[in-house]
Amino acid sequence: MSRFKSSFLLFLLLFSAYESIASEDIVQVSEEFTEALLLRPLPDRKVLAHFHFQSTAPPTRTYGRHHHLFPKSIYQLVHKFKVREMELSFTQGRWNYERWGGYDPISNSNAKPPGVELWADFDVPQHQVEDSWKNLTHALSGLFCASINFLEQSTSYSAPQWSFQSVSGKLRYGTLPREAVCTENLTPWLKLLPCRDKAGLSSLMDRPSIYRSYYHSQRLHLRSDEFDTSKTSTGIVLEQTLTVVLQPNTFSGKTSQLSWSLSSLFGRKVGGKCSLSNSSNVYVQFEQSLVSKVKELREKRESSKNEILMHEGFQNNPLFELSLPPKRIIKEVEKLTKEGSILYEFSVEDYDESEPFDLGLSWKVPVFWSCQQAPLRTSRFLLGSGNERGAIAISMKSTESNNVERSGRDDKECWLRVGIFQVVPWYVKVYYHTLEVFLDGEPQHTVDNVEKIHVSPSEDKVSPGVMEIVLRLPCSVSTAALTLEFDKGFLHIDEYPPDANQGFDIPSAVVRFNDFLTNISFDDNSLKRVPILSKLEENIPVLSYTEVLLVPLTTPDFSMPYNVITITCTIFALYFGSLLNALRRRVGEEERLLREKAAKKMGPLTLMLSKLSAKLRRKQWEPPKPSSSRKSVINKKLILKVLLVAGIAVAWQYYFQ
Amino acid sequence: MSPYSGSMYHGSPLLLSILGPLTVKTIGGQPSHLLCSLVSVFADLISAILIRATGHSLVRAHGHNLKSLGLDKLFKDIEILPSGDIAALVYLWNPFTIVSCVGFNTSPIENLFVILSLYGASAGLIPLAAFGWVIASHLSLYPLVLIIPVIFLLGYGLDAPPRKLFMQSNSRVGEERPVDRVGLKSVTNKPLETKIFSWRPVILFFLWVSIWILYVLMLCAIAMKEHGGLWEMFKRTYGFILTVKDLSPNIGVLWYFFAEVFDFFRNFFLIVFHVNIIFMILPLAIRLNHRPCFLVFVYLAISSMLKSYPSVGDSALYLSLLVLFVNELAEMQFSFFLFCGYVGVSLLSPVMHNLWIWRGTGNANFYFATAMAYACFQIILVVESVSAMLNYDRKIRKLCNTAKG
Repeated sequence: MSRFKSSFLLFLLLFSAYESIASEDIVQVSEEFTEALLLRPLPDRKVLAHFHFQSTAPPTRTYGRHHHLFPKSIYQLVHKFKVREMELSFTQGRWNYERWGGYDPISNSNAKPPGVELWADFDVPQHQVEDSWKNLTHALSGLFCASINFLEQSTSYSAPQWSFQSVSGKLRYGTLPREAVCTENLTPWLKLLPCRDKAGLSSLMDRPSIYRSYYHSQRLHLRSDEFDTSKTSTGIVLEQTLTVVLQPNTFSGKTSQLSWSLSSLFGRKVGGKCSLSNSSNVYVQFEQSLVSKVKELREKRESSKNEILMHEGFQNNPLFELSLPPKRIIKEVEKLTKEGSILYEFSVEDYDESEPFDLGLSWKVPVFWSCQQAPLRTSRFLLGSGNERGAIAISMKSTESNNVERSGRDDKECWLRVGIFQVVPWYVKVYYHTLEVFLDGEPQHTVDNVEKIHVSPSEDKVSPGVMEIVLRLPCSVSTAALTLEFDKGFLHIDEYPPDANQGFDIPSAVVRFNDFLTNISFDDNSLKRVPILSKLEENIPVLSYTEVLLVPLTTPDFSMPYNVITITCTIFALYFGSLLNALRRRVGEEERLLREKAAKKMGPLTLMLSKLSAKLRRKQWEPPKPSSSRKSVINKKLILKVLLVAGIAVAWQYYFQ
Repeated sequence: MSPYSGSMYHGSPLLLSILGPLTVKTIGGQPSHLLCSLVSVFADLISAILIRATGHSLVRAHGHNLKSLGLDKLFKDIEILPSGDIAALVYLWNPFTIVSCVGFNTSPIENLFVILSLYGASAGLIPLAAFGWVIASHLSLYPLVLIIPVIFLLGYGLDAPPRKLFMQSNSRVGEERPVDRVGLKSVTNKPLETKIFSWRPVILFFLWVSIWILYVLMLCAIAMKEHGGLWEMFKRTYGFILTVKDLSPNIGVLWYFFAEVFDFFRNFFLIVFHVNIIFMILPLAIRLNHRPCFLVFVYLAISSMLKSYPSVGDSALYLSLLVLFVNELAEMQFSFFLFCGYVGVSLLSPVMHNLWIWRGTGNANFYFATAMAYACFQIILVVESVSAMLNYDRKIRKLCNTAKG
């Protein structure tokens, strides 16, 4: 018996081994998980930390439905709602485009508006998109412990026509500017990682130091081609990033820049990689202006000391010093005449608990540099005072960095195309015909400067107002502004949030420079296999988000609905009663006449009525007995009436059943 | 784009197609809203002329009726005021009219059509009456109730004392005919015939109404062909009026009420408030059927008091109509009090609005209090004028009886 059992087990084992080998033969691709951390010193003594986690699941068709790395909840989400692409971001703080840059890939894909932003593109028939969106918001709301379900209401999301990449019309976009982001949103986000925050780079995420940061944005980007029928489908790619801007809290007197290390930034060290991840790298990026500073400095030193440096090492860097030797140095391909940025790569794989990875950077010389800016710096503000009307203004200032290359144009006809996508809640009733464009402070004909416009006006309590506009500005412009007038709506008391006097938020407008694409390209093709680097290599348009506007709305008195109801009803009663009284009032003479008439005419009838009532009372006490013929006639009439009413009641009841 | 996409416009598509281009057009650097204001000034002028004409015929009818009742001698010492002229002046110089012109409200145009229908009916121009009524109710729904006084006007003629008196006096005249002069006889015999309800103009009126309705609906259908058709139009105009969706402050009381009322009672109160307007129609029509023009005034006053989005332009209309009956309502009570109240409210209301909305130092209740005071004054005005009119009829009856006895 035991022998049989063991042989059976052996058979099973063999069979399963065979199965796995066979499946590996067929599939070749399997689930992958990679983690990476990119650190970048920022000009204003802060440090940008950008965590990047990517999980991929091969298509269900070839791989099946069971995963050991890819989060099940996300997989089910994709399949249930047929999501083609989705991005969800939780952000606290505002990305400082002026100081932290607005042109490089990281700021363009990770600078997000405050609060929650969600957009999703569905692979369902057009009439099911709304339902899918609603269900998705509820699912995400449960998944991330956030009030994303408020995006379910049709007043809070919109369907952009061409401001986003998708042209299918199945994309929905919604933001919650006032959503407070905290650790209860981060924990479910970390749960999607195979190692959570127990091992690997994510173990750096010390909650107090992250939430103390100047800006943090956790993002979840999902792309699937599960529902495409083509052979080259790649399955589901889940990209999770956390972008934090931190201030190092160590002080060094000499330099303007603060030296930092991972342990001083996060208060933790990395004790080895997450064993489930394919690669686990840390990169330190130095921007091109900083790199050129280094070069400058080195040249100066060379000329003074007459010393020849063979290669750009990290040890003999005149500007800064890294505490650990990098695994390799990756240089960006130089564009035109400019320096490219430099990435120092460190691998966490060589470190473990006993010898934790703690990268440090110390500056040798004070240095000042600036980040590359987007062509125009946008800001948005409100005009006007009072609570009845106002105007939204979007101002764009040229950033003097117009030396950035512009694709495909000559000097004569140099146009700057700026796409603006703005969603306005319905209670801010924008008059789109009041759109005015100012160039360098001069009002312009709107038609000359607007290349394309799409407006869907807001509908009270149904849908928000959406404006998509592509402006065409001359390159030489230094300031451009756009104003729109609006009226403020009045809400029902239930529609006000608990703190109504704080005001209402208008979500950020998205300003997109479609002619400007940004990427960091590397000449080493082997780097394409590292997800974070291939992400940096992707061409993405330059875009920036404007500020969230706070619009104060007039509030009614919340404390006295009862008073209002009773007083108004009193007025109506006053109207009704007094008018009716005036109409039926008779003066003495008429009254007397009427009374005489009534005495003549109505005498017998009233008598009859009084008799009838008396009879009714008697009838209840005594059983009916034959009396005088007149009385019996009245009784019969009465019974007939009662029967009639009862019949009607029965018929009514019967009919409505 | 559909005129009703978005929640900005809730008027008639025809009005938009006429006024819309005017708001954009400019003449010689003047602000663009000048043309629109000119249109409303023009409409107001026409309305004033029509009010004057109506007033003249009313005065004539008044004198005629008194004469036919044989009371002209009694009233000889009381001067009959030219109420038409006064009413036209009151309409033109009313601050409410001027304010609604300055604010380029559409109410001057709505008022024009209401008055057009009244004038048409009083002058016996049936197509004009039908046209005015159809357009007025197309523009703002509430003039629908005016069909009752218009029918009375066409059926019975202009305002007169109760018909019973005429019958009495006629019978009296019949008795006294042999001793009476011949000239008087011809005058007194006429009213008896005209006071019988004449169906022919009414049927003609309905015919014209149906023609105009078809015409207007056809035009609207053409205008709305690509934007959801007529149903969309009705939903966005009449539906908007009936469901009180816009809660922005106005001089009425409904906006604040519906901003504060609990959601599950909303429908109930909507029904109650609209029924309040409808409910008084029948008693008033029964009691005042001999005075259709006055009935028009009462209906307009009630609807401008209880309508969903009232404006001061509506008040301007009914106030000038009130003046048409200056002879009959000479003994109205509280008239000075009411005048002071109107002045006070029209001064306080903008102040409270400014304090609440612009300065943020006031409270919604301040403004709502003035709106309520205004509603109360309107109620008192309606009630007092109705009772004054009834008293006047009583007085005439008494005088007739004493003349008889």
